[in-house]
Formats: sequence, C-alpha cells, structure tokens
Amino acid sequence: MNHHSDNFIEIRGVSFRRGERVIFDNIDMTIPRGKVTGIMGPSGTGKTTLLRLIGAQLRPDAGQILVDGQALSSMGRKGLFRMRSKMGMLFQSGALFTDLTVFENVAFPLRVHTHLSENMIRDIVLMKLQAVGLRGATDLMPSELSGGMARRVALARAIALDPDFIMYDEPFVGQDPIAMGVLVNLIRKLNSALNLTSVIVSHDLAETASIADHLYLIADGHVIASGSPEELQNSDDPRIRQFMNGEPDGPVPFHYPAEDVREQLLGDKR
Amino acid sequence: MRMRTVEISVGAFLLAGLFALVLLALRVSGLSLNTEASTYRLYAEFDNVGSLTKRAKVAMGGVTIGRVVDVELDKKTYMARVVMDIDTNIDNIPVDSSAAIITAGLLGEKFIGISIGGAAEFLQDEETIDDTQSAIVLEDLIGKFLLGSVGSDDDSSGGDSF
Amino acid sequence: MNRIIDQIALLGRSGLDMIQAIGRATIMLVQAIFGRNTGHGSFSTLLAQQIYAVGVLSLIIITVSGVFIGMVLGLQGYNILVRYGTEQSVGQLVALSLVRELGPVVTALLFAGRAGSALTAEIGLMKATEQLSSMEMIGVDPLKRIIAPRFWAGVISMPLLACIFSMVGIFGGSMVGVDWLGIYEGSFWGNMEQAVDFRNDVIDGLIKSVVFGFVVTWIAIFQGYDAVPTSEGISRATTRTVVYASLAVLGLDFILTAVMFGDL
Repeated sequence: MNHHSDNFIEIRGVSFRRGERVIFDNIDMTIPRGKVTGIMGPSGTGKTTLLRLIGAQLRPDAGQILVDGQALSSMGRKGLFRMRSKMGMLFQSGALFTDLTVFENVAFPLRVHTHLSENMIRDIVLMKLQAVGLRGATDLMPSELSGGMARRVALARAIALDPDFIMYDEPFVGQDPIAMGVLVNLIRKLNSALNLTSVIVSHDLAETASIADHLYLIADGHVIASGSPEELQNSDDPRIRQFMNGEPDGPVPFHYPAEDVREQLLGDKR
Repeated sequence: MRMRTVEISVGAFLLAGLFALVLLALRVSGLSLNTEASTYRLYAEFDNVGSLTKRAKVAMGGVTIGRVVDVELDKKTYMARVVMDIDTNIDNIPVDSSAAIITAGLLGEKFIGISIGGAAEFLQDEETIDDTQSAIVLEDLIGKFLLGSVGSDDDSSGGDSF
Repeated sequence: MNRIIDQIALLGRSGLDMIQAIGRATIMLVQAIFGRNTGHGSFSTLLAQQIYAVGVLSLIIITVSGVFIGMVLGLQGYNILVRYGTEQSVGQLVALSLVRELGPVVTALLFAGRAGSALTAEIGLMKATEQLSSMEMIGVDPLKRIIAPRFWAGVISMPLLACIFSMVGIFGGSMVGVDWLGIYEGSFWGNMEQAVDFRNDVIDGLIKSVVFGFVVTWIAIFQGYDAVPTSEGISRATTRTVVYASLAVLGLDFILTAVMFGDL
C-alpha cells in the first residue's frame, strides 16, 4: 500500500450534472486516512451521488477523483475491480440480495474476490456476523430481518473483505433509537478496530456529529463549510447555523421559488 | 436441498419440452427419420394435375407408399410431370400400372393413386408411369354437367370418386 | 398554430426518447451477453434457477390454456367442417393452427403476462432496493449476474413452452374430435400427418417461438433495468412490459408469417 498521502480520497474540481440540473459545481474535498468524515446537507443535494462518484459507478463531467493516490479515470475495468475490493459501501436500504441467506450475503464478496476454501469463508463470515451481533441469524432470509438487523448484516457484508475504506449512505434513516445507537457504536468501533477510513453521508445531525472527526456541509452543489463538529457548531455563517440548528427558514429558503403570494392570490384569474 | 428440487424440475421441464418437440415431429408432422435413404424415384406425366402439390401422398390401395417431390411442366410435351419418391419396400409395381390424381372427398387434398397392372416386369428407379388419368377439375365437370354431356366424354373417367 | 408546433415537438421528443431507449436496451443486451464476470458460482446454476422461475413456473398456465384452446379449435372446426362432410380434417385444422400460429403467439402472450411481468418487477425492485448498485460496488457486474441468466432462461424456455402448448393443444383437439365427437382416429391423425410438414410448419413455428422468447424477455428485463426506482415506476414498467411485449409479438408474428408462409 502506498502511504504517500494522508488523504485517502481527494476530490478535485469535480462537476456533475443530471440533464439540465447541476448537482455539483466544481467541488473540492479531501477525506483523511483513518478518520471518520461526515458529509452533510439538506435532502436532495446529491450526497448519494457523491458516493457513487467515489465508487466510480458514475463518472464526473469535469474534475478528478483520486482514491489512494490513483485517479479513478485512469483505471481500467480490472483496476476498478481491484479498487472496489478495498472499498465497502453500506447502502441506504441495506441492499441485501433478497434471494440469498444472511450467510450467503456476507460470503458473497469473499467468493467474488478471493479463492478461499469453504471452511475459511465460513469462519470469516461467522466472525463478521459476530462483530455486528448477528451470528445467530446466518440462515435467515433478508425478508425475515428487521430494518436495523438488515443494515447490520449489510455492514457485515461491507467489511467482509476487510476494506481500507467504507462509505455509509444515510445509515441512520428510519432506525429506532436503539438500532441507531447500536449502529453509531458499531461504526465508531469498527473504524478504530479495523483502522478504516470512513465516510458517512447523512442529514442526521446529532448522530453524525457525535462520531465524525471532520464534517463537510454541502448545499446547492457547493461545499459551504468544512471543519470539526465543534467548529461548525460555533460558526457564525447563517447558512451553517440554519442547518446545524434546524431552523426552517434562512439562507436555504423554506419556500420553493414562486411568484409573490399576494399577487398570485389576488391577481386576475387567467 | 431447495436447489436440488429446482434442478430436478428444470431437468424435467427441459425433457418435457424436447419430448413435445419430438411428438410434434413424429406424430404430428409424420417425419420419419430414414425417408431419404430408402426411396426410389418414379415419374408420371399428366395432362392436368389440378391442385396437386408437393408433399401430396402417393397411395396404392389406399395405403401411402410414397410422396410427391415435385410438380413441373415438361417444356417439350406441355404435360405436367410429377416426380414421386416411392418407398423401396414397394419394389414390385408392374410397368403397366396406371397413376390417377384422386381427390379425398369433395374438397379434400389431391393425391396420386396407383392402380396395379398385370405385367411381370416391375418399375425401376427413374422410370416413368405411362398410363395416367388427370385430375378432375370441378369447374369443368360442372360446366359439362350443365351442358348435359357428362359421361359422354373420356376426360371425366376419373369421376368414380364423385 | 403554436399548439400544433408543440404537438409536433412532442412527437419528435417521444420519437427521440424511443430511439434512445432502444439504444440503451441494445447496449444492455450486448453487455449482458458478452460480459464475462459472473462473480462466484457457475453460470449454469444461475441459469437453472432462472429457467425454474421463468419456465417451470409458467408450465401450469401454458398447459391449461393449451388444452382448452385445442378443445375449442376441435369443436369449432368440427361444427364448420361437418357441414361439408370433411370432419376428418379437424386434426389438420387443429394441428396447423396450433403449430404455425397459436402455439408460438398465445404462448408468447401468456409468457409476457406470467414471466415477463415478474422479471420486470423483480429487476425493478432490485434496482429500487439498490441491490444492483451494491453488487456493482462489490465488483460483480449485475448485467452478467442478474440480467444475462434471466435473458437466456427466457430464450430457452419460450420455445419449449410453445412446443408443450402445441402438443397439449393437439391432444385437447383429439380429445374433443376423436373421443367426444367420434371422428375416426386414424383419419384424424393421418390427415394431420399429411398436412403438417416438419420443415415448413414445425420448424418455422419453433423459429417464431425463439424470436418471441428473445423479444419478450428482452423487453421485460430492459423495462426492469430501466425502471424508475420507485413503487410507481416499477408498476408502470411492469405494465409497459406486458403492453410492449404483446404488441411486439403480434406485429412480429405478421412479419414472420409473411416471410415464412407468404410465398407458399
């Protein structure tokens, strides 16, 4: 592994658009090695898109993304394949393969990327499931799991290959407080135990702030703030304050752009 | 265990599909696998073959003994030449046998019926049946019937199927 | 005036959309067929699972429909032909209509409704629940692991189902014609044998069913793969699969019939 950089991921001047809609406009971001980085922002600002760009599932319209010092755009199919074996991703919905058991789901990346014997795979899968507390659930189908359990299985699958880097897409959405607490703990513990680099994309402020070393705030296709959770909390920038304090109206307007309400209500009906 | 049932039923399904195809081939379309090798060729020339087509059967005493392979016009004699493939098992058709174009029922398929002659010599491969009776063309027959001339003309001698 | 121009623009846009969709569908199919990486597990196991889902599970509806269509053909054919005294041709009528037309076409329509819609919904749901994305992140091409086995399963199952449909239908026809209405069995099957040609009827019917299997499966998996990943998007994609596949089958049937039997 090449340790020439402290940043596991560098995003340089990346722009991305979907049709007419600009999702990212020339953003720069670095994700430090061995830390938990939170990327936050209002819903619909393309946070998941950012993860897809890092995972090379989407290609940026301009700019470069470097993973572990290597530009994604310079990798061929094989390079991407190898790069992805170093990346884990926890999807918003868990994204377990519904036709495979819990065991097979966790074993899936091992079977794809390694040639281990069946016994080895079994041991690794059980260890990973033990780490998320679900060793007893090996034979269940994903449809038999609760939402929180499914996400933990998905986490076990994401760490099955002992990746260097793991991305969490909205890990806290739709979880009850207990499941949420379990997940927050797991993410933090895994990061220090496995020496991971983690990225959490979320709009759950308190949970993300509690485990992240570094936060990015994005809105309208730009990075509007970055810093440690404390720095952001104490910021004077009205845009940051609005998001951090959850105020309904401010620089990010409550109203969707429209003509003046009085004019529309009282004006001539056409 | 679950995988095993899947595999067994898929295997059974593939077999059932192929079996259905084989039935379609043998039972429905009457394909026999060794037709090519065991036939010999006969010709017959008719004034008029009516609507006789390729693949029509050639029968003797009501039993199918071969098939019509081709129907073509002889440019010299202006006669219709019918090419037939006859089963090699039936190798004893006398040379003076006659061929007639017969209609199954009033509107049914046309086929060639062979009536046995009395000669001691038998027809060989690539030989021609000389004694032929043409197809009855229904329109001609009706025309003649209206003119009251049925039975007074030799052309309608195939009318026994009427 | 403006409204007319708007309408023309709308027409143009939907035309362009359609061409784009066909392009995407072709790219998807080519990548699915020529990609290599299926992850772990042999391709034949994945294929067997899909043939089970697509073929074996369609068997009941195909057989039942086949028997009834054959019986109806036998009955209708008998009632008409008996007036001309040619009721022994019922066998030929039943067999020719089934082998040439009804076998491939009705099987394809049922297949689109039974298996096609299920394929679309399954793939659409996998997309909506990010299973396709997560597979890609793990390093397995979903086109190869999810799409390709389903495609081949459809192409393989369809002709087999059509053969079973035709054969079961012919037996249904003989049940009505021979066992119930009393047509002489020998002439029923004999007439059929004489009228049906292996090369021109059975094989051409088989070619039709392969083409239909290809088209229906292709439409079904593309609609699933291209679906908007919401519950509404999936339900619309499923409807589109059944509508487009049925129209494609009927349209192609005319073209194929014109090519195969037109000059006879």
